[in-house]
Amino acid sequence: MSHHITEGKDLFYAYPDGHQAVNGISFRIHHGESVGIIGANGAGKSTLLMLLTGILMPANGEVIIGEVRLNKDNMAMIRQRLGMVFQNPDDQLFMTTVHDDVAFGPRNLKIDEPQVEQRVVSALEQVGILHLKDRAPFHLSAGEKRAAAIASVLSLMPDILILDEPTSSLDPKSRRRLMKILGGFEHTKIITSHDLDMVLDICQRVIVMKDGQAIADGPAKGVLTNKVLMEEAGLEMPLSLQGCPVCGGEKT
Amino acid sequence: MSNIVNAMYNIRQFDELARRDSLIHRMHPLAKLLATLVYTVLLVSYDKYATIALLPFVFFPVYVAAAAKIPLEPLLKRLLYIEPMIVGIGLLNPLFDHGTVVVLGYAISSGWLIFLSIFLKGTLAVTSALLLIATTGMDGVALSLRKLMVPKIFVLQMMLTYRYISVLLEEAARTVQAYDLRAFSSQRLKREVWGPLLGQILIRTMDRAQRIYDAMCLRGFSGEYCIGKAARPGWKDIIYVMTWGVLSAAFRGINLPLWLGNLLTGAGK
Repeated sequence: MSHHITEGKDLFYAYPDGHQAVNGISFRIHHGESVGIIGANGAGKSTLLMLLTGILMPANGEVIIGEVRLNKDNMAMIRQRLGMVFQNPDDQLFMTTVHDDVAFGPRNLKIDEPQVEQRVVSALEQVGILHLKDRAPFHLSAGEKRAAAIASVLSLMPDILILDEPTSSLDPKSRRRLMKILGGFEHTKIITSHDLDMVLDICQRVIVMKDGQAIADGPAKGVLTNKVLMEEAGLEMPLSLQGCPVCGGEKT
Repeated sequence: MSNIVNAMYNIRQFDELARRDSLIHRMHPLAKLLATLVYTVLLVSYDKYATIALLPFVFFPVYVAAAAKIPLEPLLKRLLYIEPMIVGIGLLNPLFDHGTVVVLGYAISSGWLIFLSIFLKGTLAVTSALLLIATTGMDGVALSLRKLMVPKIFVLQMMLTYRYISVLLEEAARTVQAYDLRAFSSQRLKREVWGPLLGQILIRTMDRAQRIYDAMCLRGFSGEYCIGKAARPGWKDIIYVMTWGVLSAAFRGINLPLWLGNLLTGAGK
């Protein structure tokens, strides 16, 4: 894995209907960091991820991946270093088998088929679903689909993993399993989520977004325990940091 | 609603059938495609009055379905969807062609004979195409088409259309379900909601298709649908193509039912 940074410099983006989704955000994420991007609905988190991956191009500002400024000419090259897992795994899994979905990326890179096979097996092993490789994606449970979607980007051997709401619609056991998988990755991780307990568990650093701007950027525990800040952003402190719901006692 | 869900199930059922393991499934996709192509070309090359001579062509789909253990029900269901089109194409002949032809000593309306010929040819050709998909899968068919130098843009179009059908059906099922749950008074879709619902389905499908396309681009998709590489065809595959090529040509060259009839009745002596 090459040492590099992921940087957003003064990013602006407005949708065609005029909604200013990202409004001058800047950040710099270092190699190996796990960064949670949190905020209320409509804060601009998903738009920011789309700007980072080049799905959308910023109206102003620049995205820099590994010292290279993202533009249309180098997008294909830069995207090899980014692995984005979409919020809805059904958007990502469209082949007839899990194997073919995981092989889709490496095959597009024109890698030899034996190597593609190695990558597929390795990616599926990393997320613990090698036994599902010949199953059809639509037959999988939500947790298995999520794991398959993550495997489909791991097979590209990205330096940076970008995950949009990875624990949404997962049952507690699948969520815990996914967190264990994510915790085991050494990649740079950029995670947007409303699951603040997961963010607290996985991420060392948190960026809080409100109205397309970053209103806080700092160590996860410090940010997530700041009740005033959380309320300002339309959020609540993680449940694990809140007081006892029965006796009302403060968390110690 | 249940019709849409059934349609989704049917599409996926063929994908699942293609993942089974059998003698036919293990054949190289190119061999299956070539055998089906040769069979279909020879089948449709008969003159417009051919009916009884077509009967030996039943062997190919029957053999493939039996050897691949393809259940009849999904196959016949799909065939039933297509049959109205085949009947529609053939049905004009009895209306406009009032001539007569003599078959086995009986005078028969030539229009109806042409209709029967079109019906048989259409049914057999569609059945063999369905069996090709049920034993090879769309990916395998696409791979074979590329091997036959079919331009990648056509193969891509075919594959994306096939994928888009599932996306369209999923979004249609969700939209109709949302309507059903709140349309307490009526079971059927009211005419006045057809427009808004269709518009909703179209917009949602396009959004979904865009997200899928984004996901594809993020994984290096650049206009070519890379399906992987199948192993080189082996001698079994060559024998398969040759056998069905020779048999189809023999069926085409020799009127087997007539020959058998003559043999049994001694009419040819």
